[in-house]
Amino acid sequence: MSYTKRTDGRKFDELRPMEAKVGVVKNAKGSAMFKIGKTIAIAAVYGPRDLYPAHLQDPTRAIIRCNYNMMAFSGSGDRVRPGPSRRSKEISMITEKSLTPMVDLKAFPGGVVDVFVELVQTDAGTRCAGITAAALALADAGIPMLDMVSAVAVGRIGDKVVLDVDKEEEDYPDGMADIPLAIANRTGKITLLQADGEFTKEDLKKGIELGKKGCAKILEVQLKALKEKYEGAKK
Amino acid sequence: MSNLLVEEKQIVYPGQVIANGMDFLPSANVLRDKDELVATKIGMISLNGRFVKIIPLTGPYVPRDGDIVIGRVTAMGPFGWRVNIGLPSEAVIPLKDGSSDYLQRDADLSKYYNFGDHVVAQVTKVYNGKLFDLTMKGPGLRKLAPGRLMTIGAAKVPRVIGKKGSMISMIKDHTNCKVSVGQNGIVWISGDEPAMEIRAVEAIRLIEKESHTSGLTDRVKEFLEKKK
Repeated sequence: MSYTKRTDGRKFDELRPMEAKVGVVKNAKGSAMFKIGKTIAIAAVYGPRDLYPAHLQDPTRAIIRCNYNMMAFSGSGDRVRPGPSRRSKEISMITEKSLTPMVDLKAFPGGVVDVFVELVQTDAGTRCAGITAAALALADAGIPMLDMVSAVAVGRIGDKVVLDVDKEEEDYPDGMADIPLAIANRTGKITLLQADGEFTKEDLKKGIELGKKGCAKILEVQLKALKEKYEGAKK
Repeated sequence: MSNLLVEEKQIVYPGQVIANGMDFLPSANVLRDKDELVATKIGMISLNGRFVKIIPLTGPYVPRDGDIVIGRVTAMGPFGWRVNIGLPSEAVIPLKDGSSDYLQRDADLSKYYNFGDHVVAQVTKVYNGKLFDLTMKGPGLRKLAPGRLMTIGAAKVPRVIGKKGSMISMIKDHTNCKVSVGQNGIVWISGDEPAMEIRAVEAIRLIEKESHTSGLTDRVKEFLEKKK
């Protein structure tokens, strides 16, 4: 079956409306809110600080430790059971792995930088919104970064490759594939690529190209948010 | 062909390309990736000949030789005194740098600096980012008397001190408080009246909040005079 029109009327290569704000958590070293469509992620960064138990320490650099959490009534479906789950632990890990290559923590051996990602409201694309918010929060915390990371999910729905899948599309009855991507914008390096569903090689190639274009737009929103905090008061 | 893509004092963001080509050299918080110079932190561009550096607007404290820091004594032993200066790794004041007295093998080290005491010390050597030595031998290095402690962002310390100490001496003059600022962002304030100490704390908080704006000295002066 052909997918001719997106459920919310967007174009196939169009992102949902985005919003970002930096410095939302006062007690954190750095924090950010990223909103895409109905999905809202808040990230807070603490550290670098001591890491215990000591066997987790890396004597050459500090490590990044992420915690992803979906709030109990954030979704449209049932209540999410609080606390770590198989899903949230996986997403914590992939968030960590998508950010680690783009930070430089050699100045803080044996330490840890904690990144907490809370999803207040969800409508698919939560891991991507979380990574985008976490990258912003790391920049706000002044952690040395090699590049800014942005993330977006692309998908195949029916016979179309689309950008930024929402919940309604994720539940599309006639087969779909969901490919979350995290991209370091300057170099175009991919730091996260997961895949769920069936798709062809061509779909994937097309999806990555689409994802890169989407991430470039997300980067604009990220930089705008940082500028608002660091240059806004000047005007 | 090299070309610079930014201006002096421009604010840059991580991942932003600062210059193309090999004619410019990376200094603090700037990284070279093939023929591009890239910013690694949010900060202000500072050019010095061919060198490009970024003065960070935010970020953790990274110890460097010669920094004056404030820390709390957390342990003592045959190595000397261990001091927490707000980093994942702790600093050590070796016995010979703690005091000029001759110390017997079983000397009571707590007579010099006890657990929980705060000290103003100077960083003498950073080994690999993890280990570093402090000294208490130098002008102004001492054990701190009772007072108020507050923590500010390490990137804001230069603004709190001001050009040639102008900002900090203004606060001292208006509040009659003694103030010590460590490069690690710990500030010690001690005055005769608690109300004056609180005024100094508020003034420092104001500087921290508006550190990236211009004309800050005038506003802080206004703040200190208005409250009098």
